[in-house]
Amino acid sequence: MNSSLVLSIVTFVYGLAGFLYIFAWVFKRPDAGKLASWVAAIGLIGNTAGIIMRWVESYRMGIGHAPFSNLYESLVFFAWTIGLIYLVIERKAGNRVIGAFTMPIAFLAIAYASLKPGISSEIQPLIPALKSNWLIAHVITCFIGYAAFATSFGIGAMYLMKQGRDVEGVTWLDIAKPLTVFIFILLFSRVLLAGNWAMSIVIALPLCLIFYIGVFLTRRMPVDFKDRLLGVFPEPAILDELGYQVTLFGFLFLSIGIISGAVWANSAWGRYWGWDPKETWSLITWFIYATLLHARLMRGWRGRRIAYLSLVGFAAVLFTYFGVNLLPGLHSYGAFGQ
Amino acid sequence: MNSKQSSADLSAIDRIWKSFASVKLTIALLLSLAATSIIGTLIPQNEAPGAYLQTFGEFLYRLFSLLGLFDMYHSWWFRALILLLVVNIIICSLDRLKATWKILFVRNPRFNIARYRQLKSKAEFNAAGANAPLKDRFLPFVSRRYRYHRTEETDEGFAIYAEKGRLTRLGVYVVHLSVVVLLIGGLIGSIFGYEGFVNLAPGDSARSIQLRHNNQILPLGFDIRCDDFKVEFYDTGAPKEFRSSLSILKDGKVIEQKDIIVNDPLRYEGISFYQASYGSLSPTEVILNFTSQATGMIYSQRAAIGTAVAIPENLGTFTLKKYTRQANFRGHNIGEAFIGVLTPQNSKPIDITLPLKFPSFDKMRKGQVFVAIADFVPRYYTGLQVSKDPGVWVVYIGFILMIIGIYITFFMSHQQICVEVTFLDKKSQVMVAGTSNKNKMGMQKKVTQLAHQLANLTPGK
Repeated sequence: MNSSLVLSIVTFVYGLAGFLYIFAWVFKRPDAGKLASWVAAIGLIGNTAGIIMRWVESYRMGIGHAPFSNLYESLVFFAWTIGLIYLVIERKAGNRVIGAFTMPIAFLAIAYASLKPGISSEIQPLIPALKSNWLIAHVITCFIGYAAFATSFGIGAMYLMKQGRDVEGVTWLDIAKPLTVFIFILLFSRVLLAGNWAMSIVIALPLCLIFYIGVFLTRRMPVDFKDRLLGVFPEPAILDELGYQVTLFGFLFLSIGIISGAVWANSAWGRYWGWDPKETWSLITWFIYATLLHARLMRGWRGRRIAYLSLVGFAAVLFTYFGVNLLPGLHSYGAFGQ
Repeated sequence: MNSKQSSADLSAIDRIWKSFASVKLTIALLLSLAATSIIGTLIPQNEAPGAYLQTFGEFLYRLFSLLGLFDMYHSWWFRALILLLVVNIIICSLDRLKATWKILFVRNPRFNIARYRQLKSKAEFNAAGANAPLKDRFLPFVSRRYRYHRTEETDEGFAIYAEKGRLTRLGVYVVHLSVVVLLIGGLIGSIFGYEGFVNLAPGDSARSIQLRHNNQILPLGFDIRCDDFKVEFYDTGAPKEFRSSLSILKDGKVIEQKDIIVNDPLRYEGISFYQASYGSLSPTEVILNFTSQATGMIYSQRAAIGTAVAIPENLGTFTLKKYTRQANFRGHNIGEAFIGVLTPQNSKPIDITLPLKFPSFDKMRKGQVFVAIADFVPRYYTGLQVSKDPGVWVVYIGFILMIIGIYITFFMSHQQICVEVTFLDKKSQVMVAGTSNKNKMGMQKKVTQLAHQLANLTPGK
């Protein structure tokens, strides 16, 4: 029994948990929800065990290091943090519907790590630049931040679903929204699925179509069915507050993550800030969430606008995480093919 | 006339002040910084002009370089955006601090009981018996949990007011201050600091370094010597460790010595030497194999570059001339190679190329002796990043302030509570109410909990 096997099993456990949360939500089955919580907890324990085993295995191989050194390991840890943060929220908020929107993200992260060709799950020795005590502090804080933002993204999406169609009817927004959706999907199919732009467009177009068919079908759903689906969501005000609290948590950890990275960069490269694309994108993400906080606290923004901002913020998080590998720079440790 | 003018000036200053105190401006600046920062991640920064010309063509090259996009994070407009943000932060903070000050620094905070009665986060319960000894039980309990507390007698009973975390209202100013401190630290670094590099072969020393941004030579004021440099690789071929043994010398005397690796630099007089890169140097010693065509014997000989080696069986002498990274053979690039001269007895010298990639290359010559490189010791030079940044401690103070500030701002709050006890005929009515400047939902839970705990302190429980 080695860590890779444990983590492959965890992938299916998370998948099952996500499925059960969705099943419990759509078919109103609290028993399935309870089961989902247990399955998610088991997945989290397995995920923890997998990370610890990998750590131990690396020492047995004589190249001992904390398992946070490449894309595979970071994705596994990302899934772990999302699982943990979600289960804490579930206990605190006492609502399992959020699980239908966050556990699938944890599943996708770990499934992507295991299934995407080109992501090596082998334990590799550390290159000199990564041999530092800052590695653990930097990676853990960054990923807690990322996972918190992933959760607030899920909650933001729930808020928008609960509130339904935008009634404002601003023309430029009607054009901007599908365009933004297309750009996001294009970017992420380029980053995650395809090797070149032409292929990404080919993949992105049907994905957008599926997205809009989904939106269309949701709008055309019989009212009672829709009510049944959305009725179990927490109240909009609670979703709004919850998303905000999680965002605050993420903002604190993103800040610590950027700062620990700067201190580390200073000890490794002799400068704490060098405008390398990864550094810059983490700062862009920080600016977006700083905007969200100021808009909410000082301008009284609530609800829909905050939800949209947290979607944009999470897109920036994903780009910081994956997209930067398309750009030139020093931060290639978490890149593909490593 | 004079006074009129000054009042007009004042209103102008006032207007500027007001426009800088706006959060709309903050939001606009944060979003523009986020949006424009993207450009510099798409266009590689600080490359050679030729490379840009080739990628973008004449027109775009001129346009982009006019806008400073090739070094955009140091361009005038990006700096102006940052400066505007700093002015905005400072003025917003001062503007709001004026208002917060009055709440923050009062000796006796004012409590308005009517306000507490109207609060949403409120809990009530009854205690048995009139005039119960509630004050003696409640007050120690509350005072243990809240820093400030005060009891006031009311017409039908008493009220305890308590509060804590008043100073947490300063958290946001700590965050704003940290941003300013960070930028001051950055400014100090860019004025009084520098970034440069120096390459040293083992045994070499340098008295000056080359600056990165303008390629100028900067004297160090002492000598830096590389005593040794080692590169280690894993079995996979990935680098394992770069280690340079460095010495600092002043007037020929060794003052400091240290082995540096990546993540562990040498610091001396505020100047830090980082292990940044390495490169290969031409090896000075090689082991050669001479294969005699006549006898088939193989002779191994150690050879240094520049000195002639006698080949057994009277096959002549061989002199290794040089090492080259890119050798040419009949117009083909055959990579790393040694070049030497073979002088057979009684005939003319022949130039010989010994590429590392093809060990039996010289066989093709079909001479009396076939020369091959058996082994050689690779030699590397170490690449050191040299930097001085007197602002780094200011930046680190900014970092600490920022983390503390964000924690205080978002995870601590100014909490005020009121416990009002009204003595009725046969019972005492207790109202617990509370408010906080943040996380109102959390406060509601706290009030309910406090009410529960106080109820357990009442007589008969």
